[in-house]
Amino acid sequence: MSLELRNVTKTYREPGGGRLPVLNIANFTLAAGEQVVLVGSSGGGKTTLLNIIAGITTPDEGQVRIDGTDLSQLPEAARDRFRAERLGYVFQTFNLLPAFTALENVLLGMSFSGKRPDRARAIQLLDQVGLKHRLYHKPSQMSVGEQQRTSVARALVNTPRLLLADEPTANVDAANQQNILDLLRSSCKEHNVSLLLVTHASEVAGQFNRVEKLADFNKPVRDGGA
Amino acid sequence: MNLATIAWKNVRQRGLASSLTAISVALGVMLMVMVLVIYGILQNTFNQRSINYDLIVGPKGSPLQLVLSTVYHISPPIENLPYRFYEDMKKDPRVTVAIPIAMGDVTDKGNFPIVGTLPEFFKIEYAPKREFRVKGTEFHQPFDAYIGSRVAMENKWDVGTKLKLRHGGAAGDHVHDEEFTVVGLLQATGTPHDKTVYVNLEGFYQIQGHDKPLNEAIKREREFFGEPPLNDDEMAAEIKKIQAKFGAHDHAHGHEGHDHAHHDHQTAPIQKEVTSILLQCKTPIAARLLESELKKGNKAQGVNPILPMQALMTTIVGPIQQMLLVMTAMIVLVSGIGIFVSIYNSMTARRREIAIMRALGAQRSTVFAIILAESIILCIGGGLLGLLLGHGMVFVAAPIVEVQAGVIVNPLAFETAELVLFPVLLLMAVLIGILPGMTAYQTDVAESLSS
Repeated sequence: MSLELRNVTKTYREPGGGRLPVLNIANFTLAAGEQVVLVGSSGGGKTTLLNIIAGITTPDEGQVRIDGTDLSQLPEAARDRFRAERLGYVFQTFNLLPAFTALENVLLGMSFSGKRPDRARAIQLLDQVGLKHRLYHKPSQMSVGEQQRTSVARALVNTPRLLLADEPTANVDAANQQNILDLLRSSCKEHNVSLLLVTHASEVAGQFNRVEKLADFNKPVRDGGA
Repeated sequence: MNLATIAWKNVRQRGLASSLTAISVALGVMLMVMVLVIYGILQNTFNQRSINYDLIVGPKGSPLQLVLSTVYHISPPIENLPYRFYEDMKKDPRVTVAIPIAMGDVTDKGNFPIVGTLPEFFKIEYAPKREFRVKGTEFHQPFDAYIGSRVAMENKWDVGTKLKLRHGGAAGDHVHDEEFTVVGLLQATGTPHDKTVYVNLEGFYQIQGHDKPLNEAIKREREFFGEPPLNDDEMAAEIKKIQAKFGAHDHAHGHEGHDHAHHDHQTAPIQKEVTSILLQCKTPIAARLLESELKKGNKAQGVNPILPMQALMTTIVGPIQQMLLVMTAMIVLVSGIGIFVSIYNSMTARRREIAIMRALGAQRSTVFAIILAESIILCIGGGLLGLLLGHGMVFVAAPIVEVQAGVIVNPLAFETAELVLFPVLLLMAVLIGILPGMTAYQTDVAESLSS
């Protein structure tokens, strides 16, 4: 799945009434099956960019094309469907649902895509991230690292066409960090899935061929500014 | 995973709050079910299906008391009528069936009402198209008795059991010496017959003290039929004449020194009395004519057994039921508000969860439906629990109500009106769920995820 961002801008309303520019991206592309690491400073707009690509947030202006479809022009329901069916998202804060077990959290990812929940696949993915012994544990009964690995399994369960990962290894130990990276990369490679991974860890970034600094192509400008 | 499962998981996650709100609905529904079922039982008990006679004839007094005592045996009899009056009724050309009823005593054990009547009583349908079914032999000897199913069950009595009568009801302290023998068990009818002991009227009169003293009986009968009173000589002559014919004797001396076990004289008709008379008439118009004729006199009354009960249900029981239903509906409504408050308050804390579901691809309508489903689970779940509790309470209370109120309560009674509860609860659940559902619907995903 290819990704193309053109003239994408995003601002947030400030308490004083003004607008805080966060994104101003003239052009950014990701080829089908390509794996890219995005690095940037805290508050630099990385999460906002991922949210825009995921269709969770709409840009103020510009186009977000995925396989030629301009996501920002789609109605919200269609964006939701698109996200459920074709995108995987590993959140920085895991975002597991506390009422559900690890297995149910993974199955939940399938439920909203309209697919019939594939229990065997969910268990297989949890096994791959080393959580076979935690299938029926709720997030509150798991360590931070285990929760993160569960969220990785959930992001992969629908075999997405584009995987967005926001600091997926930030909260796991070194051994599991590599496991998760290997799992993400191999899964994406196997199914020709594009991967856009945000990280600040140089040891993670160092494993990818293409590393982009957000500041290099994101030039937010205040109104009246240069 | 479907929406209901997701909603159920969310409900379970807030276990205590969910349980308390569901229980509050359950209590409201339980009370409502009890009111409906008990009213239904009363209605069934007192409606026209429970008796197959056109008129009950008894002494002047409260028509309701006459019906309650004769049909339901839950009120003391008004007074008695001379046996001759029963014979007159029987001869009336408008009457097809006349059954005398004599009451006032109870069983020595268990305080079940004793009703003296004729064997013909059991050959007539006790309610339209419902016949007595008897396990045992014919009811023809003077001291034969039939017992209702509940009497048999509670006392563990069977054919062949001997029973004695306590005079004057449960408060009476005199137990008659005469023994009746159970010759038949009446199969369950779901009516007051189940908790009644029927004895042969002939035997009933032969019990010491049940035949009125002669001079009193003569005075009473003449007074009843509006005949002039006799002077002392005439009275003595009349008594002599009756004694010569029937061997009757005067009981003015009471029970002392009397051999109760040997009662060898024949009771003169003038000494007999009936508590009431059950009549079937040739036509409904004939029954109404007879009823209005009796109303003109001042000694007896004919009562349509349905009307006083319907009046009771309409004027007293009905409004009480409606009041109770309104109160229980208020309880359910307050419970509903409790569910609303519980769900709505949880929305602030759950904003992030909703945003996560939306980020995973759940549409706005999906999260709205999940919140609505949670409301439905709590309302309907509470309703089902209330239904079970309500019927459980009726099941447990049935024998107590029977003892206290004398009304037979089917512990498994179900009212079709209960079926209305669930659409109403569903509607309430939807109304409750709308506002929290809208909050979920409008959740800003990016903002909630970052909070």
